[in-house]
Amino acid sequence: MAEPFLIGDTMTGGYGSSDILNACTIAVEKGEIAVIVGPNGAGKSTAMKAIFGMLSLRGGSVRLKGEDITKLSPQDRVSKGMGFVPQTHNIFTSMTVEENLEMGAFLRRDDINGTLNQVYDLFPILRQKRYQPAGELSGGQRQQVAVGRALMTEPSVLMLDEPTAGVSPIVMDELFDRIIEIARSGISILMVEQNARQALNIADKGYVLVQGANRFTDTGAALMADDDVRRSFLGG
Amino acid sequence: MDQLNALIVFLNFVFVPGLTYGAQLSLGALGVTLVYGILRFSNFAHGDTMAFGTMVTILFTWWFQSMGLHFGPLPTALLAMPFGILFTALFVLGTDRVVYQFYRKKKSVSTILVIVSVGVMFVMNGLTRFIIGVENRNFEDGERFLITARDFKTLTGLDEGLAIKTTQVITVVVAILVVAAMFWFLNRTRTGKSMRAFSDNEDLALLSGINPERVVQVTWILAATLATVAGVLYGLDKSFKPFTYFQLLLPIFASAIVGGLGNPLGAIAGGFIIAFSEVMVTYAWKKVATYALPDSWAPDGLLQLMSTDYKFAVSFSILILVLLFMPTGLFKGKSV
Repeated sequence: MAEPFLIGDTMTGGYGSSDILNACTIAVEKGEIAVIVGPNGAGKSTAMKAIFGMLSLRGGSVRLKGEDITKLSPQDRVSKGMGFVPQTHNIFTSMTVEENLEMGAFLRRDDINGTLNQVYDLFPILRQKRYQPAGELSGGQRQQVAVGRALMTEPSVLMLDEPTAGVSPIVMDELFDRIIEIARSGISILMVEQNARQALNIADKGYVLVQGANRFTDTGAALMADDDVRRSFLGG
Repeated sequence: MDQLNALIVFLNFVFVPGLTYGAQLSLGALGVTLVYGILRFSNFAHGDTMAFGTMVTILFTWWFQSMGLHFGPLPTALLAMPFGILFTALFVLGTDRVVYQFYRKKKSVSTILVIVSVGVMFVMNGLTRFIIGVENRNFEDGERFLITARDFKTLTGLDEGLAIKTTQVITVVVAILVVAAMFWFLNRTRTGKSMRAFSDNEDLALLSGINPERVVQVTWILAATLATVAGVLYGLDKSFKPFTYFQLLLPIFASAIVGGLGNPLGAIAGGFIIAFSEVMVTYAWKKVATYALPDSWAPDGLLQLMSTDYKFAVSFSILILVLLFMPTGLFKGKSV
């Protein structure tokens, strides 16, 4: 099988002395959506942080387009084309929407207006509120700002840590639609989701983690159809 | 006519001095608030940074004067100020490299950095006294008054005069220019925005590729600039004495906290609130009252709430009240 676009290969590691990840493998192909689901404390967010370099690994490696980036800092991974949206504190609340997006593009020295317009086309409400402080927006709009900020570097892979946490079901559907749209434009998406059912519905690839290890790995549709997965993780 | 005289007395003894002092405090508080917002600690060495910058400016002023270089009707110190800023910025950057950087790498909590800044304060304190001495220095030259009390009286025919010193006008004009430049920098430039982003959310700023060391350096340069300008303006308007500058720390911190620590707009508002409170509480209102009230109501006493010796008690009381009832200040800064 060909090398995936981005892969965290048999990652082992954690905070301090105990390992949270046990030989866990997560991969995403170009322009596809991969979703990590699993019970609380399964190490979903930890796996995500490990791939982004916010956690040092004791074993395994992370490769982007075949290049080993295991030793790179998160900042260096951003300049390699990875975008990351943290679960909380993911916007600059005291700055305007437009300034948030500008800060996302801080590393770029070229003209960012094209990307800015693409983000505004993707999230029209942000164009409307471009001069408002981001901290005054609603939860769903804040998430749009957070995703928009990460898109400003024109990443080839976008990583989202529970993008729909704390937003209403309608807003969640809307956000998932936008995420599909982003993936169609050729950007790979890797996300952790609490709303496993909805997330697997849009996923090309799903990873079910339990205690820091891969339990099930298949296409989103196959996982949804799997009785074991349904009974144990999707509530019947 | 009496009402007009009352107004002139008020302007001359309360409003103009308060406005000048407020501008000086605002510049000082702006520096404190900037360091607090970005480096996340209260910099106790700020008063002595002001003294250091003023000292360098005075040394250059003397040198310029000895060469016969003057700035027309304006004080020579204004010509020397850019050099004062340059040397202070270099000194402060050096301090950061030798002292603060070590604690930043160790991710020390802000209380430790506060104590470290107290140490830096003592060193700067000693250095300034060692180089220029502890005495009072007057380094103002050029035209002393824009308009004297006597000229004002002959001009208007009023009994009371309004004197406006050149240094008072310079203070207000320079303060407006510096504050405008500062806000332009923070709100319009890429570096300025990255500083605000760093102050707002450090982790996300790092994720966006903002270089923390660069933000820190620019912050120190701005703090040194603000401190030197504030110090020179204060010294021109009053006089330079290292101990006075150390004492200025209290009203400056009070200003920054009243406005809301970390909020630049708050620092400016706080500066004027503290300055006007100090001046109004310690001013003897007898003369204003005599003019403004009917003769039979003329007061016997001085109508002075507090002796000027106690002026620091005013900023201290305001500081305590704000911390008790409004810990984040008027403009929603960070709570201490």
